[in-house]
Amino acid sequence: MKLQIDPAVCQGHGRCYDLAPDLFGDDDEGYGQVLNDGIVPPGKEPQARRAVANCPEHAITLLEVTEAGES
Amino acid sequence: MTVDERFPRDSREPEDAELLGTRNEIITGPVADWATDFSHLEPAWAADPYLIQDDLRQRCPIARTERFGGGWLPTRYEDVSAIAYDTERFSSRQIVMGNFRPPREIAPIGGAPPISSDPPFHHDARKLLLPAFTKTAVGRQESATRAFCNSLIDAFGDQDVVDAARDYAQHIPMRVIADMLGFPPEDGPQFRVFVENTLEGINLPPEERIARMTALSDYLVQQVHDHLDNPRDDLTSYLLNAELYGRKLEASHVVGTLILLLIAGIDTSWSAIGASLWHLAKTPEDRRRLVAEPALLPTAMEEFLRAYAPVTMARLVKEDMHWRGVDMKADDWILLSFPAANRDSAQFDRAGEVVIDREINRHAAFGLGIHRCVGSHLARMELRIALEAWLERIPEFRLADPAAVEWSTGQIRGPRVLPLRIG
Repeated sequence: MKLQIDPAVCQGHGRCYDLAPDLFGDDDEGYGQVLNDGIVPPGKEPQARRAVANCPEHAITLLEVTEAGES
Repeated sequence: MTVDERFPRDSREPEDAELLGTRNEIITGPVADWATDFSHLEPAWAADPYLIQDDLRQRCPIARTERFGGGWLPTRYEDVSAIAYDTERFSSRQIVMGNFRPPREIAPIGGAPPISSDPPFHHDARKLLLPAFTKTAVGRQESATRAFCNSLIDAFGDQDVVDAARDYAQHIPMRVIADMLGFPPEDGPQFRVFVENTLEGINLPPEERIARMTALSDYLVQQVHDHLDNPRDDLTSYLLNAELYGRKLEASHVVGTLILLLIAGIDTSWSAIGASLWHLAKTPEDRRRLVAEPALLPTAMEEFLRAYAPVTMARLVKEDMHWRGVDMKADDWILLSFPAANRDSAQFDRAGEVVIDREINRHAAFGLGIHRCVGSHLARMELRIALEAWLERIPEFRLADPAAVEWSTGQIRGPRVLPLRIG
């Protein structure tokens, strides 16, 4: 699975990096950024889903990536 | 004495915006029908706005008032969020709903940038502030905040009853913002007066309102002069040196932003801390669970922010239009109630209940869209530390007298008198 943040939609609430600090960080202005190119390591899927479900701006997408890398 | 021609020492020009703009007749008194005559300044609203908003959401859902020169109150999440996102049709040039509208020319900057700003200026003014308010930046205040909270609790001594609003909650954001701005910490009592004047003196006669706001800007100019003479590593000196479009900020921009940081930084967190303690004082099962499971606090805190969101904003309609079933006129107010949005059952399960382990909580307590509260990370830090320190030291507490609790009126809601029996 892969996470993406739409930078045009993110307003820097920071819920993602509060709730899933292994998957998200912030930039110098507090906007959310995905870590590790957004790749969700095995076992971190619940954290990823929780971050998506708590973003007030609906800025985060969780893509189901197939083994070939296509989403 | 350092000379900065933006801030002359011997004269004070009246603010243009105070002299221009439009004033309407001040209408006060009990509300008979909230759907056609709402007022956020009446005691019934202060006592319990949720009953009123829940009722309006069912039957209205966008209420009207002829008070304040005319305005609207959307109560559904979808309407509140649509307006928050629509900066084309709704202006932020005045965000305190009252009896005065500043002239249109004050946009897109407004009196307290960036909260009062519209695009495109808003983005640039906001960008100046963001680095100082990231989670990392505000984290540097955390240990001092914790020590300060503990010192407030130490000062309770052996009292059985303390006022958690007056003796605890209010002091925490005052101290934190005074430190960030580089203002004397002992000026806290003055800050409280400024906050009340700005946000609760809405229906006062214009002369009195202007005099009170002038006292605030005079105080801030005095702090500016002190920082020009003694520059230091704080937000005031930062703003004095900051540049936008290749030049230093206008004096009105500096003072306006200081007003924003001082006023918006204080009574908001004060309200959130107080409302959370009020809830725990009257809900022993939630209090015991949080004492037993401190790791639940970050989740519980978001629920307190949803259910008791302290901040309601305002907008002004830009042009006449038909909007979702109502005919809005240019310069009508919108009372943008994030608290009402946060209790919409179309958006939240069990919207009217406080569920301290709520896993999914897309609340709008800090606003939505480009005006997301710039201090949200600071507010969350203050709220978390204030509650942690309290629950560690005072795990047992309850309302000393439920009828004695008093809530603020106006757009920021929180307890101002909150007697708790502790221990």
